[in-house]
Amino acid sequence: MHDSFLEALNHLQGSFMSMGINVSEQIYQAIESFKNKDDKLAEQVIKHDENINSDEINLEKEALNLIALQQPVANDFRSIISFLKASSDLERIGDHAATISKETIRMKKDNIGEFKDVNKIISKMEVKLRSMLEATLDAFLRGDESSARLTAQDDILIDKQFVIARNIVTNEIKQNTKQIPLVGSYLYTIRLLERIGDHIVNLDEQVVYSHSGKIIELNPGKLKPDLIRKELQAESGSGKSKSKQNK
Amino acid sequence: MNQDIIISKNVRLYYGQKEALHGINLNFIKNKITALIGPSGCGKSTYLRCLDRMNDLIPEAKMTGTIKINNHDIYAPRVNVADLRREVGMVSQQPNPFPFSVFDNVAYGLRLEGIKNKKKLAPIVESSLKQAAIWDEVKDHLNDNALSFSGGQQQRICIARTLAIKPKIILLDEPTSALDPISSFQVENTLLSIKKDYTIIIVTHNMQQASRISDRTAFFLNGKLIEFDDTKRMFLNPKNEKTNDYLNGKFG
Repeated sequence: MHDSFLEALNHLQGSFMSMGINVSEQIYQAIESFKNKDDKLAEQVIKHDENINSDEINLEKEALNLIALQQPVANDFRSIISFLKASSDLERIGDHAATISKETIRMKKDNIGEFKDVNKIISKMEVKLRSMLEATLDAFLRGDESSARLTAQDDILIDKQFVIARNIVTNEIKQNTKQIPLVGSYLYTIRLLERIGDHIVNLDEQVVYSHSGKIIELNPGKLKPDLIRKELQAESGSGKSKSKQNK
Repeated sequence: MNQDIIISKNVRLYYGQKEALHGINLNFIKNKITALIGPSGCGKSTYLRCLDRMNDLIPEAKMTGTIKINNHDIYAPRVNVADLRREVGMVSQQPNPFPFSVFDNVAYGLRLEGIKNKKKLAPIVESSLKQAAIWDEVKDHLNDNALSFSGGQQQRICIARTLAIKPKIILLDEPTSALDPISSFQVENTLLSIKKDYTIIIVTHNMQQASRISDRTAFFLNGKLIEFDDTKRMFLNPKNEKTNDYLNGKFG
């Protein structure tokens, strides 16, 4: 292959990596602003999402040009396709971060309070999601299929946190219907975080495709729909027996 | 601003009574690679040969219209064709080194210009071979017969021979059609590496080659210029349906 092609491919990879790092930062800022009701920071997140959207468009153009003009085959072809598809997932993650920030601004304006316990869970989800995203970007860079497969498994942790947080906020609503607006915002936010986890799994699937050409489903929740319910049941069961023992 | 080094207007070429080119208007930007593509017999090579007046050698060929290089009409009565071809080098389809050493091949044009001193010739031969990305492969074999090298190497020696006389424009008529894919890539790489110093016009049957290396592409069909655009634009979104069909391999 031409040096110019390899240069272009490296450039594409570089664009993808920097987009990924920016998206990770967006998740962080969105959750920081959510927890602290920092509407200024939330506005910045929304503004910055425009850059991410244009990054995705540029990356798409770059990838399409390479395919149309250089006719790559084999691993070069798979690599470009994986960046092309993965960039859509990154862009969507960015959108979710911006949507959380819009919710933050609304909550601040309506002054509807907060659920401190759920904020803690949201923090956990944010930290886990970012470590998953960064591990995935690293796997992209190194073409490390087994690392991507492992990272995808972690989505189960996000799904569990989502279910736990949802149970807390739905219980709140039973106790006090005045909390409905707050519950609405929290349900929306935790659902978006859960979705970010799914998009990261999609990225991991692209690492596998790029490396081996296999098109596969890695999402543990999709592969075994009962998994989360069973694991949570098992955990609460063992929690109960432990607490009995303590007594 | 784009610098058009070649401006051709309403170029028509007749072989006897038959009009082979039907009024071509085409400009070439300095230090860019332009690809001429189209099916066999579409006139792309005929047009290319107008640019260094090679068609003058065909008795029944007659050209009308104007071609200006650096604002000088190359068909004006007092133009010296040898001078023109010093400005406009040509590399042909079949590698055609002369049957003598690599050194003498590359030095050939310089010797014609009267440079006989080997000390003066040597650095130019070396830099030309380096520019053509063949130096490392031939530096220990400069006295070997050029015909003893592979087709791809011979073609790059021919490119070095063309570069030695420092033309401004290089015409290539299907320079890789007789080469295997690896050698073709090497020649393409050579062209990409020298384009900063030369204006390159390449006739090719290989659309992928055009898309890989050229900045602009002209599509010829039946002696007419159908579409001329940035290569990127043409390969992603051609304006003309005929271009679209040709690029998709529906004919030609």
